[in-house]
Amino acid sequence: MIEPKQAANALELKDLSVAYRVGGRNRAVLRNVNLTIKAGEAYGLVGESGCGKSTVALSVVRYLPRNGSITGGSIALDGRDVMKLDAEALRRARADSVSMVYQDPGKALNPSLRIGRQLTEIFELAGVTGQAATDKATAMLNRVRISDPVSVMQRFPHQLSGGMQQRVAIAMALANDPSMLILDEPTTGLDATVEAEVLDLIGQLRRELSASILFISHNLAVVSNMCDRVGVLYAGMLVEEGSTKDVFNDPRHPYTVALLRCLPRGGQRKDQGRLDTIPGFLPGIGAAIAGCAFADRCALATERCRAEPPPLYDLGDGRLSRCHYHDKAQSLPRATPADVPAGAPKHAPPVLKVEGLNKTYASHGHPLRAVKDVSVSLRPGETLGLVGESGSGKTTFARLLLGLVPPDDGGSIELEGKKLAPRLASRSEDQVKAVQIVFQNPDSALNRSHSIRHILSRALKRLGGLTGKRLDTRLEELVRSVRLTDRHLAVKPRQLSGGLKQRVAIARAFAGDPRIVVCDEPTSALDVSVQAAILNLLADLQSKQDVSYIFISHDLGVVRYLSDKIAVLYLGRIMEFGPSEAVFSGPHHPYTEALLSAVPKLDRTESSRIRLDGEIPSAANPPTGCVFHTRCPRKIGAICETQEPELIEAQPGHTIRCHIPYAELARLQKPKVVEPA
Amino acid sequence: MSATDTPAGMPSAPDTAARRSPWGEVLHSLLRSGTFLTGLAIVLFWIACALFGEHFVPYDPLADDIINALSPPSAEHWFGTDQIGRDVFSRVIVGSRDILTVAPLATLLATIAGTALGLIIGYFRGIVDDVVSRVLEAFMAIPVVIVALLAIVALGTSKATVIVVIGLSFAPIIARTVRSAVLAERELDYVAAAKLRHEGAMHTMFVEILPNVIPPILVETTVRLGYAIFAVATLSFMGFGIQPPSPDWGLSISSNYGMIGGGFWWTVLFDALAIASLVIGVNLVADGVHGAFND
Repeated sequence: MIEPKQAANALELKDLSVAYRVGGRNRAVLRNVNLTIKAGEAYGLVGESGCGKSTVALSVVRYLPRNGSITGGSIALDGRDVMKLDAEALRRARADSVSMVYQDPGKALNPSLRIGRQLTEIFELAGVTGQAATDKATAMLNRVRISDPVSVMQRFPHQLSGGMQQRVAIAMALANDPSMLILDEPTTGLDATVEAEVLDLIGQLRRELSASILFISHNLAVVSNMCDRVGVLYAGMLVEEGSTKDVFNDPRHPYTVALLRCLPRGGQRKDQGRLDTIPGFLPGIGAAIAGCAFADRCALATERCRAEPPPLYDLGDGRLSRCHYHDKAQSLPRATPADVPAGAPKHAPPVLKVEGLNKTYASHGHPLRAVKDVSVSLRPGETLGLVGESGSGKTTFARLLLGLVPPDDGGSIELEGKKLAPRLASRSEDQVKAVQIVFQNPDSALNRSHSIRHILSRALKRLGGLTGKRLDTRLEELVRSVRLTDRHLAVKPRQLSGGLKQRVAIARAFAGDPRIVVCDEPTSALDVSVQAAILNLLADLQSKQDVSYIFISHDLGVVRYLSDKIAVLYLGRIMEFGPSEAVFSGPHHPYTEALLSAVPKLDRTESSRIRLDGEIPSAANPPTGCVFHTRCPRKIGAICETQEPELIEAQPGHTIRCHIPYAELARLQKPKVVEPA
Repeated sequence: MSATDTPAGMPSAPDTAARRSPWGEVLHSLLRSGTFLTGLAIVLFWIACALFGEHFVPYDPLADDIINALSPPSAEHWFGTDQIGRDVFSRVIVGSRDILTVAPLATLLATIAGTALGLIIGYFRGIVDDVVSRVLEAFMAIPVVIVALLAIVALGTSKATVIVVIGLSFAPIIARTVRSAVLAERELDYVAAAKLRHEGAMHTMFVEILPNVIPPILVETTVRLGYAIFAVATLSFMGFGIQPPSPDWGLSISSNYGMIGGGFWWTVLFDALAIASLVIGVNLVADGVHGAFND
């Protein structure tokens, strides 16, 4: 980190208020936000969806949507008042001194222009043309660690992976050598391994460049790794600010305290207690707020909180908290009791037994092995976590189980000792209702034309075989079991928030008393507080109904919380399979090691940094030998390139597909700092 | 701040917010669309004429009056009289009746047949889609007039024939629209969820998917109605559509257009303007509906 220069502040927001015009009324989105980013500083802005993070970013470049307007306050970039700039000066400011990187690089790049053209355009704007612009563009791509810039310049955006696209977007943002770089959720859509690379890149660039950074993210761990100072935004107000270390280790606002508690941290597991949640909802935009905006959701709130809006208390050391009781914030009682219904693992026979499952697609005439020789077993009440980058075959495996796609001939899936037909249509009614799914995106999974009552009744009728009075009784039970109420039944999905929609999807999966529920990234579209509630719900339902889960998630903390067993997939093959604790604590497969190392940690403990180079290879053309050898940081030699290792049982029930013997892996991975429990 | 966060940072609805339903929103934007309201006014005017016109017109539209034949527009006969002395104004007002029965029914038939066909080929895809789509394309390549001619030779002239001919000629176009909407819809997870309940194809197509493809169907239907009016008028003009003694516009033009040469323009102009205004009215409605669904 470079020392902040004694120059003007890079960004200064004074009493910034922004409103959106919705339904003919101006609704406040930002309320008197004050924040200062010093030159060379990285400032993180965190908070849940709808609290105004992106609005801050858009205000800074005066790029609010058409219905948005700045209703008060001032914005100064490098000491210049952005509000007073005329159109031309504003254009110059955007071209010269401030850059923005958005969440979805696929949308930020022009799909019909080659990368080279898009990059050189920026230099041409600054008056550099021809070969000089091309050279500068190449240099820029080198700077964002793109190894063959000349060939990348010739390509179109869709020919690059998500990580590469985001590097290009960052290169474009840095091209004008901005003094202020705004990163709005720059890694949110990326795989953990790619996210780690991009974050490393941003970290390195910070040391090379003088740019100040405004880093917006919902991921507290990412912000804690990237930023010097952090501000917590709630309902358009800054509720806490301070150095990253202080805010995350010693939060002084109940909202920050609650947010941090929602995350499954340090290897917490479902049998060690529920996750805490934040009750209630964010106030709607433009809502009139009498006292403290968080009072309705805060267990510490008193009459004073509801009546008197708390000022931003200065706690010294650059720390601010908008709470009357900031000294007591950490004594915030839990919103959800921590106790868990005891669900001791039973030694019942496996409910699911998969043997030698394969799936080959045809891709341009070549076989594409999406799933190769996968064997797993799962007992009642257990969760199998599926882990791996996108393209590793997790979702295909789930679809094979469900019967949505038929597997290749040969393998077998047994449910409670009976063979499952490969195709859904040939499975019996009982088998169909026994294996259900909670999809990732409830907007796609729930029919938007149907009411919640219709959706759930239909499921109860078809899966539960119920009609009339018995259906109504069961519907009421089902709705209550996912903590919805009767009044949710009459509405259509779009009238519910993301978390409530996902509860409906869970209720539907449970309508026919399933034995196995596939959860395909069920919380990836949700805020952390909602995610915690959904994870608690899944854990509760499991211990009550002895149902088994196949849990797919890219968030290893979430997988670890819920899973009893873990299968690590890479190019459709199981690289490691075993009890959750054994897989996470190691010794583990080098790929697992890399995945774990890529997870940003909230406590900033520098564990071994293993980064995977490049992207997952195409399954249509997998590497010879061990499929992981092209990216493996622990490759031992020619054997890795020629001979595919077997899945070897390293410990009872823990298998690893690697040429390196288990004892050697243990030795290699020993110096790694063990994650604090 | 989830992956679905909007740049505007708009919050998702907390709980069951009191918001307009999607249909309420469409209605709201329709009622604020000048295009739609203008079109609607024109169409409603002609519907009113069709329903109640005969009670208000000054003359019986079918009553001839040879003495006053071919008299130009005057205070007595606003739009003049035709070659056997019938009052053109009365005939234009009442002349909307047949076309406003035949064209909407033909469009309705096209919509029902096209929707069913589109759902089936979009849902099953594969060989069903390949075969049926090719047949539909071949069918669309034949001009309506030729089909009508053949049908009328085979079935004889009647309103029912016209409805069936136009309805079946337009069905493939609607089927194509529905098919492309269904192709997008069937990839959504709620269709997979229906499969995981062992729902039959009929349920999945008509209960799960159909309600979600209504908007494009509505837009296509209103557009088709404009074409249907034009097609009915054309067929009547050619003598294959609505038959005498109906005061139908196309038919009137057909029996009077020989008069234009003699300077008796009023026998044709007002009927032509009537057809044009109705088609424009329907097209304005279609534009408005399209805009309301695609805002």
